[in-house]
Amino acid sequence: MDLSILWYLVPSVLLFVFGVYGFITRKNMIAMLISLELMLNSADLNFVIFNRYLFPGSMEGMMFTLFAIAIAAAETAVAIALIINIYRSIGNTNVTDIKEMKF
Amino acid sequence: MDSVGNIILYFVVAIVMVVSAFLAVTTTKILRAATYLLFSLLCTAVFYFQLGYQFLGAVQIAVYAGGIMVLFVFAIILTHKPNEKSAPLLPHRQITGIAASVAGAGLLLFALFKMPLVKGISLAEALSNDSAQITMSDIGHALVGSEKFQYLLPFEAVSVLLLACIIGGVVIARKQ
Repeated sequence: MDLSILWYLVPSVLLFVFGVYGFITRKNMIAMLISLELMLNSADLNFVIFNRYLFPGSMEGMMFTLFAIAIAAAETAVAIALIINIYRSIGNTNVTDIKEMKF
Repeated sequence: MDSVGNIILYFVVAIVMVVSAFLAVTTTKILRAATYLLFSLLCTAVFYFQLGYQFLGAVQIAVYAGGIMVLFVFAIILTHKPNEKSAPLLPHRQITGIAASVAGAGLLLFALFKMPLVKGISLAEALSNDSAQITMSDIGHALVGSEKFQYLLPFEAVSVLLLACIIGGVVIARKQ
């Protein structure tokens, strides 16, 4: 039995669709962010898998994933700062309760 | 032909990764969802190691499993009471979510199994390619060089982005 490219792509697909499910069903903003991280993680995994199997001589997929991880860290930090600010002003973090903008 | 150990490792890691991802989006306690996400990220790091990208696996553990998870736990503790359960799901949202994810999974898996591109080599063959072994000096040269397939400009851009996001995070989250 060989571990071909499909063996790695199928868990990645499942990770992505679980992320989609969580992003649609959850109301809590932090839980939505967790689902978003799952989707991002599966995209990163896909870059690396395609790099390894289709272009084993280069490392562009790996570099792209490296930068994607750095940008994901930045994005999560700003999102969490926003969520904490929203919690201060309305007392919870449900997306259904955020109806008004400041201006 | 791949070794039996690699195949067993693959199955263990893949099952843990998919099950913990499923639990992360279905559990009612938010701190548990974060913990399941951590397991899923660690299993992804094991996949990176198995595919021969040791540096990337280390970055995944250090930045994702270390940094981002600490941020998540910090935010959860700041914004939730202990043992608080999430509100029950609305049925129409649940139906939308299941429909979207089942349709997406069907479409993606159909595309995967129909695609002629993916019929091919095993992991051992992919790893046995002469230039498949990436050394630390290759990564270092690629990160700070400015020629073709080298990434000095994105590297510097990411450092400016991180600085901007530190300042933005402090400005947004501080008390007025």
